[in-house]
Amino acid sequence: MSTMSLKDLNKLPVRLTSGHRLCAGCAESIIARQILMGTEHPVAVSSSTGCFEVSTTIFPYTSWNTPWIHTAFGNGAATCAGVEAAYQSLKRQGKITEEMRFVNFAGDGATYDIGLQALSGAMERGHHMMFVCLNNEAYMNTGIQRSGATGTGASTTTSPAGAISPGKKEFPKDMTLVMAAHNIPFAAQVSPHNWRDLISKANKGFECGGPSFINAISPCPRGWRFPSEQTVAIAKLAVECCVWPLYEVEHGTEFTLTAESKRIADGKAEKRPVTDWFDAQGRYKHLRQEKWEPFVESIQEEVDRRWDRLQKLCSL
Amino acid sequence: MSPKDMAINGDSAVAFAWKQIDPDVCAAYPITPQTIIVERFSDYVADGEVHTEFVCVESEHSALTVCTASQSAGARTFTATASQGLAYMWEMLPITSAMRTPLIMAVANRAVSGPININNDHGDVMAARDCGWISLFSENVQEAYDMSIIAPRIAEHWDVQLPCLVNLDGFILTHAIERISPLETHTVKEFVGEYKARYPLLDHRNPVSHGLMDGPDFYYQHKYQLVEAMAKAAQVAEEVFKEFAEISGREYHSVERYLCDDAEYIAIVLGSSFGTAKAAVDKLRAEGVKAGCAMPRVYRPFPEKMLAELMKGKKGVAVMDKHLSIGAYGPLYPEMIAAALDLEVIPGMYNYIYGLGGVDVTVDHIKSIFEDMVEGRSEKVNFLGVKL
Repeated sequence: MSTMSLKDLNKLPVRLTSGHRLCAGCAESIIARQILMGTEHPVAVSSSTGCFEVSTTIFPYTSWNTPWIHTAFGNGAATCAGVEAAYQSLKRQGKITEEMRFVNFAGDGATYDIGLQALSGAMERGHHMMFVCLNNEAYMNTGIQRSGATGTGASTTTSPAGAISPGKKEFPKDMTLVMAAHNIPFAAQVSPHNWRDLISKANKGFECGGPSFINAISPCPRGWRFPSEQTVAIAKLAVECCVWPLYEVEHGTEFTLTAESKRIADGKAEKRPVTDWFDAQGRYKHLRQEKWEPFVESIQEEVDRRWDRLQKLCSL
Repeated sequence: MSPKDMAINGDSAVAFAWKQIDPDVCAAYPITPQTIIVERFSDYVADGEVHTEFVCVESEHSALTVCTASQSAGARTFTATASQGLAYMWEMLPITSAMRTPLIMAVANRAVSGPININNDHGDVMAARDCGWISLFSENVQEAYDMSIIAPRIAEHWDVQLPCLVNLDGFILTHAIERISPLETHTVKEFVGEYKARYPLLDHRNPVSHGLMDGPDFYYQHKYQLVEAMAKAAQVAEEVFKEFAEISGREYHSVERYLCDDAEYIAIVLGSSFGTAKAAVDKLRAEGVKAGCAMPRVYRPFPEKMLAELMKGKKGVAVMDKHLSIGAYGPLYPEMIAAALDLEVIPGMYNYIYGLGGVDVTVDHIKSIFEDMVEGRSEKVNFLGVKL
C-alpha cells in the first residue's frame, strides 16, 4: 500500500457492510474493517464459529460483500487453508490468474483453546493466509466463560469472583509469542484504537508471502462491563497499562515495539499501573476489596515481567 | 486398446484411480489401513504426475475441513481415512453435506476403539451413516477402483451436490493384492469430466457466503433439501452405473444380487463379505438349498424399494451387520425391516452380527447362517462366532 490517509482508505471497497448484529460497542467489526483495509487485492474471508461469525451471517442475510466461509469452531485455520489450497492449485493450473488474499477471523477461544491445533498446523505448513484473533478474552458468544486468553482476576461465568475466589487465577497464554515461535514471516499484536498501526500491520501480514498471525485486543462491553461508548478508550488503556503491548515479530526473530508501546519503552509516555486497567471494568471490580491486594500486586508483577521480557526481545 | 491388467492392493488401486482423475486438492492424515492411499498419491505428487495441491494436515479434523473449504472454493477434492480418523472427522461430516460440497472420501473400513483394534469391521462408516453422505460399498479391489471413478459423477451432479464415501474393507481389500483391469487415463478423465462448482468461493466478483447460521425454520428446510438431493442421487447412481458399463464392460447396480430370484433364503451383506456369501450360496445350492445373497452397493441413499422387491416371497432374510448398536441391533437390520414393511407378507428377519474387530468370517460360517434359518434355529439377533 502506497498511502495510508483516511481519504484513500475510504476509497477501498467495503467488504464488511453495516447492518450486522454485533452488540453496540463491540470492537470486532471495527477491527475487521481495519484489517480488510490492509490489502487492495480481492480477499476471501473465513470465520471460526463465534460472535463475529453468527452476527454477520444469519441466514438468509449476510453482511459480507466479499467471499466468506464458515465451517466449525476449532478449525478456522484449516478452513482458510482449504480455500488457499484450492486457490494455489487453480492458479498453478491457470484457471485463476488474479492475486487474492486469505484471512480467518477467530475469537480467542477459537485461537488459544479449541483452535490451537489447526492454527499451529496451518502456520507450520506455510499457507499464504492471515489468522486474526479478535481477542475479547473469554467465550462471549456462549455467555462470558473463561478461556486461555482471559485476564488474571477477571470474573467470568466459569471463573466467578466469590468469597474465596478472586476470579480467574491463571495468567493468559502469551499466544502472540507462541505464534512467533512458529517462525512465520509475520506476527503482531494490535489494538483498534490505533488504526494506523493496525492497518499497517495488516498490510505487512497480507503481503508477507506466507502465513501471518495478528492478535487484536477486542474490548467487549457486555463481558468486560463498561459503557459501550468507551470501547476504543478501553483498548487504548490496555496498551497504556502494558497488559497489551503493541509489537510485531518478523520471521520469529525480529521483534519491534510499535506506536504507544514504543513510546513507553523509550520513556516518552507514562506506563500506567494495572489498577487503572482494573478500575475501568466491572469484571475486575471485586479486586478493589482489601483482601485481594496481594493478588493484584502479583498481577502487576507478572505484567511487568512480561513487559520487561518483551523489551529485551525487542532490543536484541 | 485396453491397458494391461494390474496386480495391485485396494489402497493403491484407489490412489491410482485418483491419479487418473487428477484432482485439484487432496488433504489427508495417515491412519491404518488407509495410509497406503495417501502414500501412493504423495508419490504421484512428488513425481509431478498430477496437478494436485497436496495438503499434509495435522489431523483428520483438519483434513476434512481443508477438503470441505477447498471444494467450496471451486476445486475438485478428495481424501481418505478410517476408524478413529473418521470418528475425529465426525463434527465436519454433516457440515460437509449441508454445505453441498461433493468431495469424495475413501474409507478403509476399520473397527473403532475401544478397545483399540486396527482390523476390519463397519463401525467407522456406520457412525457416519446419518450425516448426509452418499455411501458406496465395494466387494473387491476392482470395485474399489471402479467406485472411486464413479463416485465423483454421482456426487458432483448438479441436482445432487453431496459428498460421497467409497468404502473398502480394511486389510481384506486395502492390503490384498488382486488382479484388476484399469481403464485408460483419458477414458477416466473423459468419464469424470471437468469439475464445475455451482457457487465457487473464489469467484470474488460474485461473492457468496458459505456456511451461514440457520434458525429452526431454515435448518429444517435445508435438511429437507438434503433428503431431496439424496433421492436424486439414487436415480443418478443408476444412470452413472449404466454409463460406466459402456466404458468398462462392468455392470453395477444399487443392489447387487446373487441367485436371489428363486431363493427361499437370502443373506444381506456389505463389502467384501459379499464374495464369501456368494461362495456359501454356491455350496448350499449344490446341497439343494435355495439360497441367495445381496449387497446394497449404494448404502446411502438406502435403496429400500429394490430391497423390498428382493425380499418378496422369501422365507427368511439374514441381515448381516459388521457393527452393533449396543443394546439394540446391527444398523442394517432395522432398516431392512423398515423396507420389508412395504410387503404384504414380511419374511422371517434375522440379524447376524459378525466379523467385529476383524474376526474372520468363512464360507462355512455364512453357510451356517442359512442352515440356522432352514432349521428354524435363528434368533432375532445372533452373534456369529462369538466365544462365550
